[in-house]
Amino acid sequence: MQIVIVLIGISFITFALTFMSPGDPVRNMYTATGVMPTEEMVQETRQELGLNDPFLTQYTRWLGNCLKGDFGKSYSLNKPVTELLAGRLWPTLKLTLMSMILMVIISVPLGMLSAVYKDRWIDYLIRGITFLGCAMPNFWVGLLLMLAFCVYIHAFPVISSAGDFKSLFLPALTLAIAMSSKYTRQVRTAVLDELSQDYVVGAEARGVKRSRIIWFNVFPNSLLPLITMFGLSIGSLLGGTSVVEVIFSYPGLGNLAVSAITSSDYNLIQGYVLWLALIYMVINLIVDASYIYIDPRMRLKE
Amino acid sequence: MKKKNRFLQNKTFVVFSVLALCIILAAIFAPVITGGVDPLKGSLMDALLPPCKEHIFGTDKMGRDIFTRVIYGARASLTATFGVVALIFLIGSVMGIISGYFGGIVDAVIMRVADMMLAFPGLVLALAVAGIMGASIKNAIIAIVVVSWTKYARLARSLVLKIRDRDYVAAAIVTGSKTPYMLLRYMLPNALPTLIITAATDVGSMMLELASMSFLGFGAKPPAPEWGYMLNEGRACMQTAPWLMIFPGLAIFIVVVVFNMLGDSVRDILDPKNE
Repeated sequence: MQIVIVLIGISFITFALTFMSPGDPVRNMYTATGVMPTEEMVQETRQELGLNDPFLTQYTRWLGNCLKGDFGKSYSLNKPVTELLAGRLWPTLKLTLMSMILMVIISVPLGMLSAVYKDRWIDYLIRGITFLGCAMPNFWVGLLLMLAFCVYIHAFPVISSAGDFKSLFLPALTLAIAMSSKYTRQVRTAVLDELSQDYVVGAEARGVKRSRIIWFNVFPNSLLPLITMFGLSIGSLLGGTSVVEVIFSYPGLGNLAVSAITSSDYNLIQGYVLWLALIYMVINLIVDASYIYIDPRMRLKE
Repeated sequence: MKKKNRFLQNKTFVVFSVLALCIILAAIFAPVITGGVDPLKGSLMDALLPPCKEHIFGTDKMGRDIFTRVIYGARASLTATFGVVALIFLIGSVMGIISGYFGGIVDAVIMRVADMMLAFPGLVLALAVAGIMGASIKNAIIAIVVVSWTKYARLARSLVLKIRDRDYVAAAIVTGSKTPYMLLRYMLPNALPTLIITAATDVGSMMLELASMSFLGFGAKPPAPEWGYMLNEGRACMQTAPWLMIFPGLAIFIVVVVFNMLGDSVRDILDPKNE
């Protein structure tokens, strides 16, 4: 129910924004096709597209169509928005998943190491690196990686439009670097919290091996806060890939959105924003639902 | 042990506030530091020179001195960032305090709006706002503010709610304190330290967000020196002139590190949990 209200709110905001914007989609559409429109042509097209109707009429009509899965036609690319978005969704999902996997591979061992060897040199080293990683703009990381691996070593293609593993790796790594810096710290805090629990002292007193405590007790118990973070970062990744997609010319949703915005293709922007909001909320729901499986206490509360 | 620890923390604070001050001064006195070189003018004779004696960071494809542009770029980045942080701080705190203090329908409306913003990957909406309103630094600032104020509003609201039902607040109301007085004298001071900590730690990430907006072309407009946009220009000549992208990126990186460290040390000093 909450989701419906929020979605309606978001649809209203995006629609209102595009309605108030200074650019004229009809003129843009004609300029895109290389035609200099006359005043009559513009008026006619506006009438045809229903752009002269009052705001609320336009909004309800648009919303009704959206509910039927029809987001209208993209002005600049002259294709249905749904088709365009669906075509770009998979590459972005692939990129997101790949960078999430990289992130987990990087940050979980580092975070654990850092927590287990708290205040030793390896902890300081890891904390220092993650601190610097947080401060690097991800587009700069992307450009530097590109410079190193594509221009100097030629290990990877400069333009990642092929969609194979090789073209996926650098964009994913770029996204993973910034995220793992944050995530490593979260892992460290979560594990440290768990390490300071009484049962750890108890187990140690009974002579259980430390490595066993860490892998069989501490690690599973510190998963819960990490999963929340994980879910949240999938969501923000889906929306945050645009910069990296643009750098590597990766054919994903973010790249599409940026070009939609520069050509003031409103239908496409609206569709993109709504889709992402929906995906984001579905992911959050899944994360909430997954608690029940991970934490049996939650089942009792229900 | 504890005393020594706090002292050490204060030392990082001192070091990094001096560094931050240096950055701000460099931005203000940019013409002095760069020896009066114009960041917008260059001669095509000097285009794409690698770093050398006259141009320590090299020149771009219009023959403009990169060092000068990086120093001048600090102005745009710093003013925009401080503007964003100040605005989200102000709007968010006011909304949050009002929402928490009055409750009821005001609270419901403000919090539903905040939910909407939160149910959303921030950069997407910011891009949409900036893109639709047209590219300029002002619009980029507005876009980020629209998306980010809710964090402060939620925080301020929860802090107000914590003391809203305390006896001393009730006593103050009973003895006839007027609403504005209640808000300013009781609610604001209660919420302020936590909000300031959040603002201090947010400076760095806001700067990164602004830079990525301009990098995508939704922030500063071309001739103006701005780091994000300079990186975008540098991207095209990456093979022949890597210094075009290395130095502006380095500038962003260093400034963000300094402000993050400063924010962290402010948090350590102000956070009551550490006492």
